Amino acid sequence: MKSRTIKVDYLARVEGEGALYVKIKDNTVVDIKFKIFEPPRFFEAFLRGRIFNEAPDITARICGICPIAYQMSSVHAMEDAFGVTVDGQLRALRRLIYCGEWIESHALHIYMLHAPDFLGYPDAIQMAKDHPDIVQRGLQLKKAGNEVVALLGGREIHPINVRVGGFYKVPSKQELSSLAEKLKWARDAALETVRWTATLPFPDFEQDYEFVALRHPEEYPFNEGRLVSNKGLDISVYEYDNHFIEEHVQHSNALHSVHKGHSSYFVGPLARYNLNFDKLSPLAQETARSVGLSDVCRNPFQSIIIRSVEVLYACDEALRIVEQYEKPDKPAIKIQPHAAVGYGCTEAPRGILYHRYRIDDEGVILDAKIVPPTSQNQKTIENDLWQFITQHVKLSNDQLTLQCEQAIRNYDPCISCATHFLKLKIDRV
Amino acid sequence: MSIKRNPKLAVWKFASCDGCQLSLLDCEDELLSVVNKIDIAYFLEVSRNVVRGPYDISLVEGSITTQHDAERIQKIRKSSKLLITIGACATAGGIQSLRNFKDVKEFISLIYAKPHYIETLDKSTPIASHVRVDFELQGCPINKRQLLEVFSAYLNERKPNTPPHSVCIECKRRETVCVMVSQGIPCLGPVTHAGCNAICPSYCRGCYGCYGPMETPNTASLSSRFSQLGMKEENLVCSFRSFNAYSEPFRKESEAHMTEKAEVRIQKPKYEN
Repeated sequence: MKSRTIKVDYLARVEGEGALYVKIKDNTVVDIKFKIFEPPRFFEAFLRGRIFNEAPDITARICGICPIAYQMSSVHAMEDAFGVTVDGQLRALRRLIYCGEWIESHALHIYMLHAPDFLGYPDAIQMAKDHPDIVQRGLQLKKAGNEVVALLGGREIHPINVRVGGFYKVPSKQELSSLAEKLKWARDAALETVRWTATLPFPDFEQDYEFVALRHPEEYPFNEGRLVSNKGLDISVYEYDNHFIEEHVQHSNALHSVHKGHSSYFVGPLARYNLNFDKLSPLAQETARSVGLSDVCRNPFQSIIIRSVEVLYACDEALRIVEQYEKPDKPAIKIQPHAAVGYGCTEAPRGILYHRYRIDDEGVILDAKIVPPTSQNQKTIENDLWQFITQHVKLSNDQLTLQCEQAIRNYDPCISCATHFLKLKIDRV
Repeated sequence: MSIKRNPKLAVWKFASCDGCQLSLLDCEDELLSVVNKIDIAYFLEVSRNVVRGPYDISLVEGSITTQHDAERIQKIRKSSKLLITIGACATAGGIQSLRNFKDVKEFISLIYAKPHYIETLDKSTPIASHVRVDFELQGCPINKRQLLEVFSAYLNERKPNTPPHSVCIECKRRETVCVMVSQGIPCLGPVTHAGCNAICPSYCRGCYGCYGPMETPNTASLSSRFSQLGMKEENLVCSFRSFNAYSEPFRKESEAHMTEKAEVRIQKPKYEN
């Protein structure tokens, strides 16, 4: 009997702290644990007793990579509670700042975190020695996204301008127009990014996933829509708690989410693309088809191309919003708090982010529930690893470790979010 | 003649949101120049290559919240010539230090179905409570310009220029009209450490103190101004109790306003699930 362990104590190029442990006995996988050991920070507990309008600033601190997602889910949940709808140019500006975050977060993952796996580098800095133009393009693309966030939000990380009801201050038409030139460059760079990522070597690995994403009747989803899946789910955000439950497992400080009666599910760029291809802009659709993608992609390793298509879409959409912008009369709608429960679910770069708050008559938060995308993907990541290692069990430990890490990075896991993740250990017994 | 080697940089993470280490990657125009002068020896968010210590500079993000981390920071101190903390979590305990005012066991049971799986300390504490820190860069998040200044100062063997005055001075410099004086908006600027370039007032909102206390802040005087503007005691507690809640001046000021009503609302909220 021959057994071995593969173990990665601290996974690199992910956001936060996680580990992987794999045990293999006679070339059969017997145990896999994708561990999240990032220390818990208890956001839901200390939101209790705070005022509703503090939620966007406090929850942003769950994640320095996607603070806008937290701000967007929280403000939409609060507005839902108080029966307020933010529309017109204020709504458009919220889409715009979200476009900025998708561009910044996706460009970071595509170029700095994921691409080195495909090209055999330990990091983008080493990659830059052989491919300086590619890395430079990635950095400038990321910067373009950050410029959108900083102009509308005041700064790139933990922006200060988003509030329940709208913004503290809205830009003039002229200020917003200053973004157009950089965004046009970014759109071309995104197009190049799609073409480049499509040439990377991909393992043959397709699974029968349940993809879950928002779907909106008119547009590619950011802040609104129904929750749908390729396996018949079609619910409003209000019904989330009836369909998804969080399980607490011993090896993780993040809660695992499951779809009741269906088990694990998949959120993020692949899910959004598969459920909303028809809502992408014509340029994004054409470009995806031109590199050989259809309207469905089930290979998580190809998520790097899908992320690039989404960056292209986000540049296109951001430009549309900038061009059609007229400064609204008021930066925000007035909010009158009252006792209520509010629900919000938006598309963070890594997938759906659900918030629910119960508020009292004075606007004090009585309780809060937050379900980040990475905890929803955690079980699917473990399933992928199980399938992938089974197919490639004869690889050397070093090679297998590398490819397992790559399989985890397919999901761009954000461990800081999920604990509100990663050591890799492969045990061959 | 020997060729001078580049200094070795390590970036360490404790309980945090990753935002402050991301600030380095957000230096899109400068990153590749920085890595020409400084070798990244340990930075897990960026690279799977790990070069063993000792390290010339260690940047530490995050606060200490577990026994394992309390031991880890000791080892990091031993292997670092210069240890610099970055951000409110590392310098003040961060937003997660709100647990320090409550019973952490109750916290855990609110979020996790099986609390006995969770290992955590009662308090979230800054790095300086555990080891000697050579320089602290405040902010939630830190300002990337200030981070570049820290590198530049190190390479030129001088002290980083990060003024300890209040946010008010930054408003004056950028000619932002005072939001508290002109609009009656409560603003923590007068007691908050400079460094962000006074962003909030330039967006028509009051500073919420994410850079932590300035040198010798007069928090009591600011509180009485907030009261005159109609702020309730329990909201005064919240104002001082956010991302730098456990820094001494902010902690003491929040405790001074802990009335019975505030106690019930913030300290011991008891609600059915």
